Amino acid sequence: MNKIWIIIKREYITRVRNKTFLLSTFLFPLLMFALIFGGAFIGANSTEQRKIAVDDQSGIYKNNFKDGSAASYGYPDAVTKSNYQDKGYEGLLVVYSSTPQKADSVRLYTEKQLGLATDEAIKNQLQKINENRMLMERGVTRSILDSIKQQSESASSLNYRSYQVKGEEIKEDNKMLALAIGYASGFIIYIVLFIYGTAVMRGVMEEKTNRIAEVMVSSVKPFQLMLGKIIGIAAVGLTQLFLWIILVFVLSSLSSLFISPEVLEQAKQMNESMPSMAQNNTMALKILEAKTTVLSANWALIIPCFIFFFLFGYLFYASLFAAVGSVVNEDPQEAQSLMLPITLPIVLGIFIMVNAIQNPSGSLAVWGSIIPFTSPIVMMARIPFGVPWWQLAISMGSLILGFLFTTWLSAKIYRTGILLYGKKVTLKEMAKWAFRKA
Amino acid sequence: MSTILEVQNLKKYFSSQKAVDDISFTISQGSIFGLLGPNGAGKTTLIRMITGIFYPDAGNILLNGKKFDPVNDVINIGYMPEERGLYKKMKVGEQAMYLAQLKGMSKQEAFANVKQWFEKFEMESWWNKKVEDLSKGMGQKLQFVTTVLHEPKLVILDEPFSGLDPVNSNLIKDEIFNLAKKGTTIIFSTHRMEQVEEICDHIVLVNKGQKILDGTVKQIKQQFKQHIFNTELDQLPATLQHPSFSIVKQNGNNLTLKINEGYQANDILLHFINQKSVIVAYHEILPSLNEIFIRLVEGTPTARQFETVTA
Repeated sequence: MNKIWIIIKREYITRVRNKTFLLSTFLFPLLMFALIFGGAFIGANSTEQRKIAVDDQSGIYKNNFKDGSAASYGYPDAVTKSNYQDKGYEGLLVVYSSTPQKADSVRLYTEKQLGLATDEAIKNQLQKINENRMLMERGVTRSILDSIKQQSESASSLNYRSYQVKGEEIKEDNKMLALAIGYASGFIIYIVLFIYGTAVMRGVMEEKTNRIAEVMVSSVKPFQLMLGKIIGIAAVGLTQLFLWIILVFVLSSLSSLFISPEVLEQAKQMNESMPSMAQNNTMALKILEAKTTVLSANWALIIPCFIFFFLFGYLFYASLFAAVGSVVNEDPQEAQSLMLPITLPIVLGIFIMVNAIQNPSGSLAVWGSIIPFTSPIVMMARIPFGVPWWQLAISMGSLILGFLFTTWLSAKIYRTGILLYGKKVTLKEMAKWAFRKA
Repeated sequence: MSTILEVQNLKKYFSSQKAVDDISFTISQGSIFGLLGPNGAGKTTLIRMITGIFYPDAGNILLNGKKFDPVNDVINIGYMPEERGLYKKMKVGEQAMYLAQLKGMSKQEAFANVKQWFEKFEMESWWNKKVEDLSKGMGQKLQFVTTVLHEPKLVILDEPFSGLDPVNSNLIKDEIFNLAKKGTTIIFSTHRMEQVEEICDHIVLVNKGQKILDGTVKQIKQQFKQHIFNTELDQLPATLQHPSFSIVKQNGNNLTLKINEGYQANDILLHFINQKSVIVAYHEILPSLNEIFIRLVEGTPTARQFETVTA
């Protein structure tokens, strides 16, 4: 036990003292913030207003287009495909004659692509004008139409809230916050599995290629060496997590100072006009909105669960990464192909997580959050939405069992692999080492 | 001399090879023991069993008369493998301290010993250098120090001189003699025979997983002598030929002779004395270990073939 402690200390100290540790600790949250808020900021500012010439042959659309942030409209006379640019427009929209029953055929001609935002804006306008026309054809007068529109616009900003009812207790249900927490924690665990998993693998490879493994195993058991490394790196991970949490709190309080309400408003509008492109922005908005109600989340459950899944998810995979590191020779290519069976379930986990956020109690999400290969990522996405206790218990239990199993399995591969030089090891051979007796 | 290590009928079979196939020998305390053999003979596997890295399939290892216990006996063993290395990014001093502590020394003991050895080898100024900044020879010295730092009773050195210049080789060689004088037993594995002749008291030669030779260097040389003598005469006698010998080589007045069957060394001398030649020098030429090694191992394919093992 004492020897494992010495190994843990070395693994921890050499890593924490390293400059790359400090650098990654401080750069990672900055990068995340830059990605999320920078994306929103750029997105909000980068939409240009395009000038579109409308050649309306049906006579319905003329003068009905409303200028927006993505496009403005003009109705020049005798405009054609060849002269719209001379008249100062970037695109030509031709509406061919229409019949009430059949959809109109509309064509947009441009020299360069105008971007999705403009496209969406034009489609939106066409649909609105069409709707209005149809309503007016059935006898709705212009004034009624306008007043309906006004009312419905204010209705959409009505105070809409949903509540979760559990027995006596009625709690405000904040889907946005749950989504943000679930998404962020699942994603962090995903990244952690990769970063620290490969750190373990590289550490083992270093010992093997530097030929220190044999010196070491004449002093300590291979299992102690492996476990010491895994725990040492886990301690590094927890240290980093702790620093990140501090940094995130500092940065998020700073960010509200820096990001003006106008930018947010713009970002919001952007999202409405082009929902397909707005993932980054939505994230930013969701996180910022969530901040206002951040205290309503069940932190007493989320934080311990996050630490649990962070730690045991790492432990579950770390020994597998160690096993791969032990059989690799100098060739990094070899590591890549042997890593695949490990990285595949992790990547699968992130896919299931995205699904689980949409549908937290669907069967895919439930199974994904119980099976140890994906549970650390998927369960964290579900917890903010509320998970039955028994599912959480099974998930944690099976993750602990899974960790014991992978460590036991990997130790056997590791023991053989670390002293084997010059030979390319196949997955089949690894399986043989893992399951042979003694 | 008391026996420190006894190896009894040790066996280790891998799926494609009988790496060690029923080897036994004993090593007495304070001796320098040479473990010889061609590449792939099973030396490393044998050493790995003695150091507790591998468990033998069959047979016993007794250390100081007691069954070898890999967990508690590591403190008694210092092993410098042929495939050796150190953590490149670690500082020299920390590295030495780390390995000493893993052998079970306390921090204070480790520090005292590291300091002492660094002074002896004039390495004090390296303490805060990174291992990757050391030259190969310097690394080797450090590796040697880390092997003997914890004052093990049994030191196993696998090709300790590879990569060292003559000055540093001698430094390490002297240290090996020093340790042996203080009662440390040394197992020395190599295929450099001239070093073995110079250093070892007792050798074992293994080939294809089996022991083919065991004895002191002197005994073995006697065992393999070919009755060849070198004679220096002041002038050649009238009749050089005699039934007691045949001439292997003649270089002026210097003759290399092989004694024929049924005669003694003195018969040759008598012949020359009778011929009135003045004998300047007369001595037996014993085969070098190198010759013995080659003779015994010759015929073995240079690369050991894989075989199917059923056991």
